Amino acid sequence: MLPELLFFYFAIAITGLSLLVVTRRNPVHSVLWMLLLFFHIAALYVLLNAELMAAVQVIVYAGAILVLFLFVVLLLDLKKEVEDEPYVDGWPVGIALALALFLSIGVTIHALEPAAPGAYTVAKIQSLTHPVAVGEKLYTEFLFPFEVVSMVLLVAVVGAIVLAKRKLKE
Amino acid sequence: MDITMVHILIPALPFLAFLVNGLLGARLIRDQAHWVATLAVAGSWVLSVMTLMDVLHGKTFYGNIYTWISSGGLDVSVGFSIDPLTAVMLIVVTTVSTLVHVYSVGYMHGERGYWRFYAYLSLFTFSMLMLVMSNNFVQLFFGWEAVGLCSYLLIGFYYDKEAAAVAGSKAFIVNRFGDFGFALGVFLVFLTFGSLDYRTVFAALSGWESPVVEVFGLEADLVTVIALLLFCGAVGKSAQIPLHVWLPDAMEGPTPVSALIHAATMVTAGVFLVARCNPLFNLSATAMSTVAIVGAITSLFAATIALVQNDIKRVVAYSTISQLGYMVLACGVGAYSAGIFHLYTHAFFKALLFLGAGSVIHAVHDQDIRNMGGLFKHMKITAITFWIASLSISGFPLLAGFFSKDEILWMAYASGGVQGKLLWLVGTLVALLTAFYSFRLIFLTFHGEFRGGHEKEHHLHESSPVITVPLIILCVGAVASGWVGLPPVFGMENQFAHFLQPVLGHPEAHGTHAEEWMVMGVSVAVGLLGIGAAWVLYGRRSDLPARLGALANGVPYRWLLNKYYVDELYNLVFIRATVAAARNVLVAVTDGAVIEGIVNGVPAMIGRISEKVRGLQTGVLHHYASIMAFGVLLLFAIVIGWGGG
Amino acid sequence: MVPLSWYMGLSAAVFSIGIFGFLTRRNIIIMFMSIELMLNAVNINLVAMSHYLQDIRGQVMVMFIIAVAAAEAAIGLAIIIAIFRNRATVHVDEINEMKG
Repeated sequence: MLPELLFFYFAIAITGLSLLVVTRRNPVHSVLWMLLLFFHIAALYVLLNAELMAAVQVIVYAGAILVLFLFVVLLLDLKKEVEDEPYVDGWPVGIALALALFLSIGVTIHALEPAAPGAYTVAKIQSLTHPVAVGEKLYTEFLFPFEVVSMVLLVAVVGAIVLAKRKLKE
Repeated sequence: MDITMVHILIPALPFLAFLVNGLLGARLIRDQAHWVATLAVAGSWVLSVMTLMDVLHGKTFYGNIYTWISSGGLDVSVGFSIDPLTAVMLIVVTTVSTLVHVYSVGYMHGERGYWRFYAYLSLFTFSMLMLVMSNNFVQLFFGWEAVGLCSYLLIGFYYDKEAAAVAGSKAFIVNRFGDFGFALGVFLVFLTFGSLDYRTVFAALSGWESPVVEVFGLEADLVTVIALLLFCGAVGKSAQIPLHVWLPDAMEGPTPVSALIHAATMVTAGVFLVARCNPLFNLSATAMSTVAIVGAITSLFAATIALVQNDIKRVVAYSTISQLGYMVLACGVGAYSAGIFHLYTHAFFKALLFLGAGSVIHAVHDQDIRNMGGLFKHMKITAITFWIASLSISGFPLLAGFFSKDEILWMAYASGGVQGKLLWLVGTLVALLTAFYSFRLIFLTFHGEFRGGHEKEHHLHESSPVITVPLIILCVGAVASGWVGLPPVFGMENQFAHFLQPVLGHPEAHGTHAEEWMVMGVSVAVGLLGIGAAWVLYGRRSDLPARLGALANGVPYRWLLNKYYVDELYNLVFIRATVAAARNVLVAVTDGAVIEGIVNGVPAMIGRISEKVRGLQTGVLHHYASIMAFGVLLLFAIVIGWGGG
Repeated sequence: MVPLSWYMGLSAAVFSIGIFGFLTRRNIIIMFMSIELMLNAVNINLVAMSHYLQDIRGQVMVMFIIAVAAAEAAIGLAIIIAIFRNRATVHVDEINEMKG
C-alpha cells in the first residue's frame, strides 16, 4: 500500500507544482517552484530504483540549470513585465490543445503492450550498483553518442559565450 | 604523304589558323596574325597544287572520312570528292586566298581587329574549301552556309559603321531566300533518291523517269522542281536577279574581302553548284532555260547599271554580277566547262580589279571616281595591272577573258535555236557594255587631271610591295590563265574542257568553223568598240557624258544611277510589310500580349498568391507552436485511428 | 505495486502542462521553463519504463536528455539575454521580426 500512497503524493505534488510553475506572474517564483518540482521528480526516481538519475536530476537540473535560470531572471530585472498581462490573447486555444493532447496520450496508454522484460532486474542492478550498470551501457553500446554529446556541450558553451557577449569584435 | 592526309590538310590548315588566331589573337598574336593565316593558306595552296597534279595523272578520290550523322535511312558523312572540277576550284580558291592574305598585310595594316580579320579570312577559306571538296549535299550545304556567315562577318567587319552593319545583315537576309530554296532542294533530293551522296544520287538519275508532281497547282517534272530549288541557292549566292541586291552593298566590307569573297570565290559557289549538279540540270530543259535566261538578264541588267555608277568598288561589283550572269548563262546552255573556265579566269582578273581598286582607295582615301583622275603617273604598277585586267575582262585578244568569254558566247550561239541566238546577242551586247564601263573607270581614275584637290595630289604614291606584288602575280593570271583552254578553231583540242569532261560532259556545238570565227570576231569588235566609246566620252575632255545623261530629261540616267529602283521596290514590297507585320503582330500581339503576358503574369500571380499566403507567417512564436501542437494531435489521431481500424 | 500506466499518465499530465505553458505564456523565460517541464515529463516516462521493462538503456537516454537540456538551457538563456538587450522585452508576442 505504501508505494501507491507515495506515488499518489508525488503525482499530485508534481502536477500541482507544474501548474504553479507555468502560471506564476513573477518568473522568480516560477523558478523557485520549479526547484521544488525537481526535488519531487528526483524522489520519484528513487522510488523507481534509479538513484543515479535522482542524483543527476538534483545536481544538474536543480543545481546547474535552475541556478542559471535564476541568474538570468535576476539579471534581466523584470519589474514592468510582472505587471503586464501574463497570457497571450489566444490562451483558450493553448488550453484546448494541451487538454486534447493529454486525452490523446491517455487513450494511447491503454493500448500499451510492454515488451519482454530485459536482463536488468532490480536484483542485478543492486548487485552491480546503479552507477556501474548505467556506466557499462554508456561506455560500451552508447560510446559514440556519448562522445557526440560532449561535442554538443562544448558547442553550447562556446555558443552561449558568443551570443551573450555584448560586442564580438571589440 | 598519304593522299587522304593531303586532302584533309587542305581545309584543316586554314581551320587551324582560324582557331589559333581566333583563340589567341586578341591577347597574344595581334599584329602578327598574318603569319599564321598566310602560312596556313599557302600550305593549302601547295597541297592543292599537289592534288591538281594527282588529278592530272588520273588519281581522283571519292570517299568518306568521317560519319557525321547516321540516323535511320539518313547517312551523312564528311567526305571528299576530288575530281577535275574540285581540283580547278581548289586552285582558284587557294591561289586568290593566298594572294589576298598577303595583300591584306599591307592593306589592313594597323586596323583595329587585325587578328579578327585574319581569323575570319581563315575561317572563310576553310568553309569554301569544304564546300568545293564535298562529296554530299549536306557538307555542301554546311560549307554554303559557313561561307555566308563569313561573308556576313567580313562585310560587317567595321561593325561600328552603320552602313557596314546593315550591309552585312542585308547580305545575310537576302541569302536566306535563296538558301531556303536550296535547303528544300536538298530535302527533295533526299526524299526522292534516299541519299545525299553525289555519286549515289547521280547514278540513280540514269534511266530515271521523273514523275510529274503538282506544285502550287502547276504540273511540273520532279527533276525540274529539284533543279530549280537548287538553283534558288545559286541565285542567292551568285547574286543573280532578283536576289542580286546584296552584292553591291557588300562593298562596305574591306576591299581584300570584296576581292576574295565577293568576286573570286564565294559568289561563284552558285555557278559551282549548278556545274556540280549538272546531271540533275541536264534532265530538265525547263530548268536549263530558266538558268540561261536568268543569267542573261542578270548580266545585261548589271552591266547597264555599271555604266553610270561613280563608286569605284560598285562599278567593279556590278561588273562582277554581270560576269556571274555570264557564267550562269554558260551553265544554262549546258556549257558547264565554259562556265567554270570563265569562273577560273574571272577569279584572276576580277580579284585583280578589286585589289587594284583597293590600292587606289588606299592612296586616295576616297571611293568616288569623280574625285580621281590622272593617277597613272603616281601609281604606275597599279595602273598598268588595272589596265591589263580591264583589257582581259573586255575580251582583248589572247588575254584570259578573251578565251573564256568567247567560249561562252560561242557555246550560247551554238546551243541552237532562237534562244541560243538571242542569248548570244545579249551576251555580245553585254560584252560591249563591259568594255565600255571598264574603260570609263580607267579613264576617269587613271587619266586626265586629278580632281581631288592639290593638297591631296601631293600625297599620292604607289602602294607598298606587299600590295603590288599580289597585283603583279594576279596580272600574270589575268593574261595567261586563259591559255589552258584555247578554242578548237586554233587547231587544238580545248585542254580545259577536256580536263573537266569526266565531270561536266561536253555539249555538242552546232556550228561551223566560219561561224565560230564570226562570233570571235564580233566579240573582239564590240570589245574594241566599247573601249573606243569610253575613250571618246571620258578619255578626252568632253561634255558628251553630261549631254547623254540629260537625254530624255535624264530619266534613263536616273533609273540606271538608282539601279532600276530595285532596292526601293523591295523596300516597299517586302521590308515595309515585314516591319509592319513585326510591329503590329509580333511586337504587339505575340511579344506584347502573349509572351509578356506569360512572363509578367506568372510572377504577378505568384505575387498575388504569396500576398495572401504570407499572412500565415505571423512571426509570432505562439502561432507556430500551436500549429506544431495541432500537427502532433493530427499524428495522434492518425495513429489511433490506424491502430483502432 | 504501482502500474506502469500510472507513471505514464503522470508524465502525460506534466507534458500537457508544459504544452499549456508554452502555448499561453507571453514571458519567454516561463516558456523556456515549460520546455524543461516537457523534457522532465519525458524523463519520468523513460525512467519508469526502464524500471518496468528491466532495461537500463532508458536511463542512458535520460543522461543524454539531461546533457542536451543543459546545452539547450545555456544557449537558450544566452539568446534570451541577446533579445532582451536588443528589444528590451521578454514578451514573445511583441517580437515578430519574421512576419511575412
